[in-house]
Amino acid sequence: MRYAIPLIIFLVIAAFLGSRLRGGYDPHILPSALIGKPAPDFLLPELRDPTKMFSPKSLRGKVWLLNVWGSWCIACRQEHSFLMELSNDGTLPIYGLDWNDKREAALATLDELGDPYVTSVFDPDGRTAIDYGVTGAPETYLIDKEGVIRYKEVGQLNPEIMQNKILPLVRELNK
Amino acid sequence: MKLIVILLAILCSVPAPALAKEARSVSDDPELEKRVIALSEELRCLVCQNETLAGSQAELAVNLRNQIREQMKAGKSDQEIIAFMTERYGKFILFRPPVDRTTYLLWFGPFILMLGGLVFLFRYVRRRRELIVETPLTPAERARAETLLRTESGKTTT
Repeated sequence: MRYAIPLIIFLVIAAFLGSRLRGGYDPHILPSALIGKPAPDFLLPELRDPTKMFSPKSLRGKVWLLNVWGSWCIACRQEHSFLMELSNDGTLPIYGLDWNDKREAALATLDELGDPYVTSVFDPDGRTAIDYGVTGAPETYLIDKEGVIRYKEVGQLNPEIMQNKILPLVRELNK
Repeated sequence: MKLIVILLAILCSVPAPALAKEARSVSDDPELEKRVIALSEELRCLVCQNETLAGSQAELAVNLRNQIREQMKAGKSDQEIIAFMTERYGKFILFRPPVDRTTYLLWFGPFILMLGGLVFLFRYVRRRRELIVETPLTPAERARAETLLRTESGKTTT
């Protein structure tokens, strides 16, 4: 009995620390302050054709994904093939935000790996990324017909996240 | 010490999606620059999370400092800029966490622990005091103690 209390305290602490270790907890993933809020508007030149300007306002009435990427971002390269699959399926239009990048490098990446984006916009000084609260790439936002951010994934998209989190939301939003 | 600093720098740069690049576009107004640094010290670098925005060379930190500088040039107050940042990145960006429902444990947890420790200590000491039972001496013991004390004091006086 004398040892019961320290033992219980130890077990509680161990369970807490263990859950943080095993649960794949990543301190870099922050809760987004923007979920349920209107996606910040921007007007940025397209990556392929700088004379064309793109604004998310033109996508009102559509459910779409905004994927933040950069040619310098290794995780984006790993995510790329899945984005290609998604774009070939045609489940959701994917728009790219090319972040803190150089145009030639970004275009070279798309030429090499394929281009999953309906269009990518070019944000070389990260201004729009700041408006979206981006902390790293890749990050993906699901935006609804009214232009409201419904979901944010920090890190790579994968089939599991798509099936369990994004697609159910999309079905609901498309009703 | 140097080694530790280097190791920390490496550790800090590895998981960062945005790699550090050299600092740029510092304005020539030293007063403004001072304000930028002062405010950056209140904000967290979201890539290198134990650093302030002022101390970090991660690209995101550079971008954010540029943003602060521009907004200051545009005449925004510190409060307005902090509001701008928390709107986008949440309260986590504040290096000094505000006292609110999500941070009660952080702010008051240590005091609760201390209080718990004091209660434990108090009860422990009280319990110990109760354990020591004072039994009065028997007359024989008392007589023996007195002779012992007397010889002891007799030794010192002679």
